[in-house]
Amino acid sequence: MTALLEMRAITKEFPGVKALDRVTLEVKAGEIHAICGENGAGKSTLMKVLSGVYPAGSYDGEIHFEGALAEFRDISDSEDRGIIIIHQELALVPQLSIAENIFLGNETATAGVIDWHETNHRTEALLKKVGLRESPGTLVDHIGVGKQQLVEIAKALSKNVKLLILDEPTAALQENDSRKLLDLMLELKAQGVTCIIITHKLGEVRYVADTVTVIRDGMSVSTKDAKVGLSENDIVRDMVGRDMSDRYPERTRRAGEMLMEIADWNVWHPEHRDRQVIHDISMNVRAGEVVGIAGLMGSGRTELAMSVFGKSYGRRISGTAKLHGQPVDVSTVARAIAAGLAYVTEDRKSLGLVLDETIRFNTTLADLGSVSKHGVLDFRAETLVAEKYRAALRTRTPSVFQKVGNLSGGNQQKVVLAKWLHTAPEVLILDEPTRGIDVGAKYEIYTIINDLSAQGKGVIMISSEMPELLGMCDRIYVMNEGSFVGELPAADASQERIMSLIVSE
Amino acid sequence: MTIQTKGIKEYLASHMRDFGLLFALIAIMVFFQIVTGGTLMRPVNITNLFLQNSYIIIMALGMLIVIVSGNIDLSVGSVMGFIGALAAVLIVNYNVPMPVAMMICLITGGLIGAAQGYFVAMWRIPSFIVTLAGMLVFRGLSLWLLQGQSVGPFPREFQLLSTGFVGDIFPAVLGEYLAGVFGTRAFNVLSFSLGVVAAAAVIAMGLKKRNRNARYGTEDEPLSLFWLRNGIIAAAILFLMFKLSTFRGLPNVVVTMGVLILIYAFVTERTVIGRRIYALGGNEKAAKLSGIKTERLTFLAFVNMGVLAALAGLIFAARLNTATPKAGFALELDVIAAVFIGGASMSGGVGKIIGAVVGAFIMGVMNNGMSIMGIGIDYQQVIKGLVLLAAVFFDVYNKSKQA
Repeated sequence: MTALLEMRAITKEFPGVKALDRVTLEVKAGEIHAICGENGAGKSTLMKVLSGVYPAGSYDGEIHFEGALAEFRDISDSEDRGIIIIHQELALVPQLSIAENIFLGNETATAGVIDWHETNHRTEALLKKVGLRESPGTLVDHIGVGKQQLVEIAKALSKNVKLLILDEPTAALQENDSRKLLDLMLELKAQGVTCIIITHKLGEVRYVADTVTVIRDGMSVSTKDAKVGLSENDIVRDMVGRDMSDRYPERTRRAGEMLMEIADWNVWHPEHRDRQVIHDISMNVRAGEVVGIAGLMGSGRTELAMSVFGKSYGRRISGTAKLHGQPVDVSTVARAIAAGLAYVTEDRKSLGLVLDETIRFNTTLADLGSVSKHGVLDFRAETLVAEKYRAALRTRTPSVFQKVGNLSGGNQQKVVLAKWLHTAPEVLILDEPTRGIDVGAKYEIYTIINDLSAQGKGVIMISSEMPELLGMCDRIYVMNEGSFVGELPAADASQERIMSLIVSE
Repeated sequence: MTIQTKGIKEYLASHMRDFGLLFALIAIMVFFQIVTGGTLMRPVNITNLFLQNSYIIIMALGMLIVIVSGNIDLSVGSVMGFIGALAAVLIVNYNVPMPVAMMICLITGGLIGAAQGYFVAMWRIPSFIVTLAGMLVFRGLSLWLLQGQSVGPFPREFQLLSTGFVGDIFPAVLGEYLAGVFGTRAFNVLSFSLGVVAAAAVIAMGLKKRNRNARYGTEDEPLSLFWLRNGIIAAAILFLMFKLSTFRGLPNVVVTMGVLILIYAFVTERTVIGRRIYALGGNEKAAKLSGIKTERLTFLAFVNMGVLAALAGLIFAARLNTATPKAGFALELDVIAAVFIGGASMSGGVGKIIGAVVGAFIMGVMNNGMSIMGIGIDYQQVIKGLVLLAAVFFDVYNKSKQA
């Protein structure tokens, strides 16, 4: 077999970060090639380089497609050559029909007038090819995610695809639909379509892939034949095998009395009524303890945290929450705050801060009662509070009257932390507290977390960065697909153990 | 800590909006004063200007809160007309005692706001749609209530709501003496005294705030600009109150309006509920995750708007001395325009009471000035539209330059 695609020494830099470092990828014609790696390893960036989202010239290295040097200027450029990506978030218009979606931007039309007969006819042929029994006129909104995935593939086929790239195609699918999709990939392979599948699930790799490439920290670590003697351990080690080069501040670990317990927690999806997002989760945190929740993106960690914090996510939430052994009411955010809970959101810009307002405004927002009398704000007290946290958390800003939108990521995160510390919580849930923050600021955030635990507060830390969890936590819960699949004391935990708990379904 | 004062130029650049608006109003007033040959600033016209715009300003207070919360209310013109009609029917046709009738009207306004707020807040129907429906519904209900006829006139004491003046508490001799000194026909000492007090208060409060900022090291404007700005405001207050006092004194409605402006400025800037409304409009999700009951706030913003629209309806009916089916027609657009000219943002979270008030005056002075000049209603609409667009363009342009 000859190589259909060769990516040679691809390097892509963003200000301050090297997202890809001399990555090499060789995909043979007619094979299914799996790409594995942790969140943030650089898989998506690599695919964006390939598809022209990052145009030629914005990266170093060469892409050879069908034996010739390819320099894509944008997505349509790469699509013209037959490279098509199906993203994790589907790019379908729910209000349009299957046929309309498949030919969107590529309509069968003469002089701008669509030939519906021809369109429907061709759609039927495509749907047959992907094994989807739906009428071309059905609205995409009315079919499930699994079928929508098939529509995307049909759309790709309509464009004479040569290289089909699927980005975590089964992440949102049920067992059944996943299997169907993988079978379809094998069928397409038989028809001569070359595929790249990005996935975390080693079972899938074993089922469909001919070759597997592992990417880690922006580098291609290994490329192995997936058909002979593929060992799960090898792949897991390749995926996580990085040195614990990050430093974590020292802390005396002393877990005190039981602080908070959650039992039999179940949550259903807010829109898809038949989808259960959280299954029977029970967990606890002690005073002075830092408890981690490990898991991949989409495993339900944020959904769990938000459903506990005032039912901010999901429907039909059931289960019990206890604080100091007593049941507490966490049914609204205000009640959860009053009970002593704080939730530092994953997405600080869209969920945590009012960007147009000042540090002072944001710091006191969750507890305005403490800086007001009879509903009238005391600006003096407010300023003192903001100043106190600015000093304590070493937020770098000219003054607390600075708009938070003008601060760096690390300093914004400190403002969010200040907001929640001001509510004097007993248990803090930190959702990806160091995402998008530079190394120095990370260390400061870690120090703050350690200070909190030294004060006897319970900290629940959600993170996609495993070294961070290993370096910070006393105990780690491992989460996958809405359930806890393991609980490890920090002493017994390793990246390999966590990853194998996640990938061995 | 020391006050961090930037240079005048730098400060002006970053506070272009606040100063721009004030200077725009002054420029517009000077312009019309000249082209109308001095008619604009005549005491009787100044008095009229307040009377004509009071109900717009009162509604702009509520509209600012609605817009800051991230919504809009298209129904206020219709609701205002409907309440005027209700008042007329109650007072003129059914002889309901005036205080009772007014109470009923204000409560009805609140209920109308509650009904619209319910659909916006609890069912998350876009406020544009809910209030567009409300606009049609209450336009129709006004017609039905009045049977397509004008109903009036109102009893004398109801008219006073709008056309009455606050009597002078100082001895008449003093007024006559001062009228002689200034060479005017009359002089209302109370009005002018209040003007002096207000002007002094503006400067005193400005100084107090400046002191406080100095103590906490907050950024503040350069001293020269501080005196320029506050000097202009104080002088404008004195000037207007002087004009009013040489006519018939302070109109009742100006007192109502002034008190409401103070209350709403205080509520939006100094209270917990005001702070929460800005948070809601600035980032609803963040507000919600901070324990703020966003639905209830949205609901209350509409209830408040309903009550203010009802009050405006009463004042409007009292001014015309009759309720007509056409009352309030398209008035919501003037109110919304005033708020946006005043610097509020369509996406919510941004805007000040004082901005909305100045915005309303800009619209009002233009209406008044152009009418005196005899410019046709056709050109008036065109010019007002362009001014609105220019004001918002100015905002967007400034923002893009800062970014």
